[in-house]
Amino acid sequence: MRELLAVFRRELGGYFATPLAFIFIVIFLFTMGAFTFYMGGYFESGQADLQIFFNFHPWLYLFLIPAISMRLWAEERRTGSIELLLSLPIPLWAAVLGKFLAAWVFSGIALALTFPMWITVNYLGHPDNGVILAGYIGSFFMAGGYLAIGSCLSATTRNQVIAFVVSVVVCFLFTVSGLPLVTDFFASWAPQQVLNTIASFSFLTHFTAITQGVIDIRDIIYFFTLIASWLIACGIVVDMKKAG
Amino acid sequence: MQTANGNNPAAGDAMIAIEGLTKRFGPFTAVDGISFSVSRGEVLGFLGPNGAGKSTTMKMITGFLSPSAGRASVCGHDVVTDQLAAQRMLGYLPEGAPAYGDMTPLAFLKFIARVRALKGAAADSAIANAVAATELQGVLEQPIDTLSKGFRRRVGLAQAILHNPPVLIMDEPTDGLDPNQKHEVRKLIARMAADKAIIISTHILEEVDAICTRALIIDRGRVVADGTPAELIARSRYHNAVSLTVGGQVTIAAAEALKALPGIASIEINPRGTETTFTLFPMQQNAISAEVKLIDAVADLAREKDWTVRALYGEPGRLDEVFRKLTRSDTADTPGKNAA
Repeated sequence: MRELLAVFRRELGGYFATPLAFIFIVIFLFTMGAFTFYMGGYFESGQADLQIFFNFHPWLYLFLIPAISMRLWAEERRTGSIELLLSLPIPLWAAVLGKFLAAWVFSGIALALTFPMWITVNYLGHPDNGVILAGYIGSFFMAGGYLAIGSCLSATTRNQVIAFVVSVVVCFLFTVSGLPLVTDFFASWAPQQVLNTIASFSFLTHFTAITQGVIDIRDIIYFFTLIASWLIACGIVVDMKKAG
Repeated sequence: MQTANGNNPAAGDAMIAIEGLTKRFGPFTAVDGISFSVSRGEVLGFLGPNGAGKSTTMKMITGFLSPSAGRASVCGHDVVTDQLAAQRMLGYLPEGAPAYGDMTPLAFLKFIARVRALKGAAADSAIANAVAATELQGVLEQPIDTLSKGFRRRVGLAQAILHNPPVLIMDEPTDGLDPNQKHEVRKLIARMAADKAIIISTHILEEVDAICTRALIIDRGRVVADGTPAELIARSRYHNAVSLTVGGQVTIAAAEALKALPGIASIEINPRGTETTFTLFPMQQNAISAEVKLIDAVADLAREKDWTVRALYGEPGRLDEVFRKLTRSDTADTPGKNAA
């Protein structure tokens, strides 16, 4: 646990030691606002809620979260500091989890800084703040899912660009697996059961369910399972690389 | 003496014990059944051409790579089955001294202290000691990325010695340092040597003589020589040879006269500018008094013939010559494969 905290603190501090954190948060807030107000037509909708805002989250995360996760392991491999990290008495799980949690908390900070949206909507009308809270929780879990995927893929390479591109593609598949784009491909030949299983992997399905204000335990379990599986895979990848 | 084995006389109190350690990368065998042990007070110099398996061996001992076969243990803790305990006992300076470049040395050392379970006053004094030993005081608040190569190497050293580990493993600790810094690092290693088991790898042969109590030459993943620096030097064909440099006109007759001295096996002649160096190889290379007797004989001969003697000395041997004789990894006849 001590090692986990040490890794966590170092990683989180690492974001703020460089302009990275600042730039990321500014771009995150700017695109969130721009998408919501301009592309989403927030004012024209006449609704005092944040549904439009949350609807854009999966698509923005698709590019912004791999930008956080790509450096997690790939950069350590490139600079060689991974040799230092793995020769310190840190259990593998603590290194994997510490890095993931730091990235997750960082994305949580960025998400929390969208609070002016919440103030705006409360100023303009009387939204259901419970639904909004659910939306934030759902968004946070979804970010965790993307990060876990990105973390694992970052461990496979020393090249951050590769880590980024592959993460975007895999995250995209996980995002849209419930949409016709993917299901149509399987619909003609795969049995319904398989189809349902694939669709149930979709971030969108689970995220949308939560943003409706219904925090179903199954959706939470989905995200936890997803995060845990990808982090375990991440640990396996890091361990396999030790074997050369 | 030709190859090392596990039966080191000091194996009883071995702090690092290695048996048949092997690492394969696909079809390539980087380390091929290496065995040795290092005891407290020993500074083991790891020598070998690039790609011989030095770094790979160190990476296996420190837990960064898992061995394909064989065993290694640090203070009795197996590096595979009891990895964390082994890692707690050792300090490691990886090749190139990698660190987290966006951190300052102080923040970096604090991170290492936390990982090493040093808290409060203990952490503060450990950091202060490591900083003093590596003379980092002036750069503690600068990001490591902005430091010179010499300072970065010292940050790596400070990190390795922070918890005063009983076992120290350093991959090319003086690489990239200027002569003054090299001297400082060697002094530091010498100071710590008494109560630690230390392995250093190096390309610099003079370093072996300067700080190592024992040297291990590795070639193509195998140990080809294991002994004290003096023992290795004694394997040189220059061991106990006598070198004579004379100025002015030197004739074949002079060479003949030297050759005629008793106990001379062969002679080498190197004319250079206005002087000529003769290297005389004695017949009984390992007889203790041979060299002295030979020098005396040569001096008498020079006086008798009235040569202008510029230099006359007995050679202890040449480590670089032993090294070249024993290692072949980086020559053209091997596939140019460099271990991870």
